[in-house]
Amino acid sequence: MGKIAIDPVTRIEGHLKIEAVVDGGKVKEAKSAGMLFRGLELIMRGRDPRDAQRITQRVCGVCPTSHSTAAALNLDSAFDIADKIPDNGRIMRNLILGAAHIADHILHFYHLVALDYVDVARLAKYEGSSPALNSIKDFISRGELGPFVPRYEGDYRLADDVNEQAVAHYVMAFDMRRKGQEMAAMLGGKMPHNMGIMPGGVTSTPTVDVMASLLWRLKELQEFVDNVYLPDVVTVAQTYSDYFEIGHGCGNLLAYGSYELDGKEADLSKRKRFFRAGTTSTSLKFDQFDPTRITEEVKHSWYADSISGRHPSQGDVVPDEKKKGAYSWLKSPRYGKTVFEVGPLARMMVNYAAGNPAVKTLVDSTLARTGLKPQDMFSVMGRNLARALETKLIADAMPDWILQLKPGEPACVSYKLPEESSGMGLVGAARGALGHWIEIKEGKIANYQVVTPSTWNISPRDDKDQPGPLEQALTGTKIRDEANPFEIVRIVRAFDPCLACSIHVVSPKGHDLGRFRVC
Amino acid sequence: MGTKEYPAIWLQAAGCTGCSVSLLNVINPSIKNLLVDEVLPGSHINLRYHPTVMAGAGEPAIEVLIDTSREKKGGYILIVEGAIPTAKGGVHGVVGEKDGKPMTIQAWVETLSRDALAVIALGSCAAFGGIPAAQPNPTECRPVSEILQAEGIKTPYINVPGCAPHPDWFVGTVASILLSGLPRPDDLDEYRRPKAFYGQTIHENCPRRAYYDEHKFAKKFGDPGCNYELGCRGPITHADCPLRLWNNKVSWCVGCGATCIGCTEPGFFDIAPLYEKTSETALPEEGLK
Repeated sequence: MGKIAIDPVTRIEGHLKIEAVVDGGKVKEAKSAGMLFRGLELIMRGRDPRDAQRITQRVCGVCPTSHSTAAALNLDSAFDIADKIPDNGRIMRNLILGAAHIADHILHFYHLVALDYVDVARLAKYEGSSPALNSIKDFISRGELGPFVPRYEGDYRLADDVNEQAVAHYVMAFDMRRKGQEMAAMLGGKMPHNMGIMPGGVTSTPTVDVMASLLWRLKELQEFVDNVYLPDVVTVAQTYSDYFEIGHGCGNLLAYGSYELDGKEADLSKRKRFFRAGTTSTSLKFDQFDPTRITEEVKHSWYADSISGRHPSQGDVVPDEKKKGAYSWLKSPRYGKTVFEVGPLARMMVNYAAGNPAVKTLVDSTLARTGLKPQDMFSVMGRNLARALETKLIADAMPDWILQLKPGEPACVSYKLPEESSGMGLVGAARGALGHWIEIKEGKIANYQVVTPSTWNISPRDDKDQPGPLEQALTGTKIRDEANPFEIVRIVRAFDPCLACSIHVVSPKGHDLGRFRVC
Repeated sequence: MGTKEYPAIWLQAAGCTGCSVSLLNVINPSIKNLLVDEVLPGSHINLRYHPTVMAGAGEPAIEVLIDTSREKKGGYILIVEGAIPTAKGGVHGVVGEKDGKPMTIQAWVETLSRDALAVIALGSCAAFGGIPAAQPNPTECRPVSEILQAEGIKTPYINVPGCAPHPDWFVGTVASILLSGLPRPDDLDEYRRPKAFYGQTIHENCPRRAYYDEHKFAKKFGDPGCNYELGCRGPITHADCPLRLWNNKVSWCVGCGATCIGCTEPGFFDIAPLYEKTSETALPEEGLK
């Protein structure tokens, strides 16, 4: 029985370590540990509630728009204006989130995931005439191959011409994701960490020139998604089709819903959203989502058991570094005491199960074209594919949203700061279900809790000893070459982990990760 | 012929990866230019270690750090993104191990900065502590400069703050090292920020400055007028945002109707609350009328 430890796991956001116990060539048990704690929830206590809007974006520089949206929804509800946001404000928030979302998914596939499948070093023998590819060939010939080498060696399967095209697209995708960020900045001032989204709406009013510019920029991104991104994901998926059978995971999916289509319904769980909230599983039966069923469990986390099983609105941080059996500083969010995966796969399949027409049509046509079943989506390639499909759905929805803007009309509503209140903000972030909860006392933040998508997906075992979604996805995986464990990193990266988002405190090295010593 | 290679190590400490994402938004040179081409004729930045970009993971990635510091002694640029957690011996941030021992981020910064050609503290967390060091600073986060001083490390360092920093500020700082060597004392301000980018306040170049001079103040977001009474930190914040603009020059913080929140200054996030007027006593001479 051997152990594979990967520390740090790169091409993700943040500091992650994975340990897999391998027995007979298969992962017998897997554990994931976050390695950085900043304590932003503690920093927020006692501050002006509005400052949470700015502070929580700094939870994550990759998905700050998601946090700013969750914080704004949270503060809207705490300030009792959730049903009063002007349509311009509601739509501009959707556009900022959507543009960043597109940029984020392109970044994930091309710059975080692709190097596990695409062989940049093979460009050394490139003989074509593309200036971009020849410049990479020159780069390789100079002999300093960072950051593309070292890497795992072996399983790069794309044919030479496909591989060359994929490298060219890796370069092109840098520009495309940047353009998505620029769209977000047009309404939000700057990226990362936009300034536009605020409690009450957004800071600026729409103008016709900005609307026209957004439409043309969006068109370029739509063309990239349709003609490059989606085809590339399908090509990689078909070349590595065994990855539709790897990384199944827990089989339960949860989505909070995102992109507000209705500004007059204060209750987020009832509000009409472009991607609806709900749960499903491999049976593809749809169930309604009830936010009161969320708990955070800490039996295997370094926190006092007294805070286990609480709803996030009552959440707390009471560290217990010496706790026996604990091996992570992530808590374990659970829904109805059951393990649930969140993310683009969850959003697509929840909406598929619910019969969302746009989602159902796109998923069915893609499955038909690739000869796959809906259940095949519960896999490494299914997650990558779901992310690309979601990108297309958002990009195709945005032109209408832009045209719904009313130039010159307000985008923000005034409010009075409450002395005592509480709030909740739920949004579908790029990586999945993101929730913010606030409690205000004497006009200040008494408690602020953030439960991020990666806390769900990368969570440790819970009070019933059920492993988290990533841990389950790793368990049982056959590792072909323990020195180059492609399978592990491909499974991990398909979840698009964001550790800065997830971590409350760090695992100090030398603690036991359960039975296995970390060293 | 004869491309000079400048090895670079980009260490991520207690941060959010926002500085890295901001660099990806750079226009000229493009990020592809930075990664593979000569960034200036005859000079190539060889980004050997960057956790978000690099192909390798685990032990082989850690070996890159160790090998670079040994083989390129005195010749590599160390870029630090994020503040350095120092509470309890630095256990709040741990990356891999060296010589069989777990390495805290603090230990990596100490080890790698000692033999670097220069250290760039990128972003407000690395430069001044930033968000994780905001009160009550739960992990006792410190800026790079304090780690260097505590260890008596004499390697020159440059602060390039911002939350996130503008990509031009970083690229310009690197380019100036490649073109004309390390900055002279006169090139940096009292907080070791390049004056080329941080030499003036937001207020001095703000397109809404005329409103301020005429005492026309916005009362709520979206109003015409100066945003000073909404909490704008422009008068006490040093950066060229109003002239440089952000994200391919599409906008900037005040450009979208928001306030400057002072993200390039020491104490960023403890000069709060962010939506209340900056105390007049905090205003510099040029801001007072």
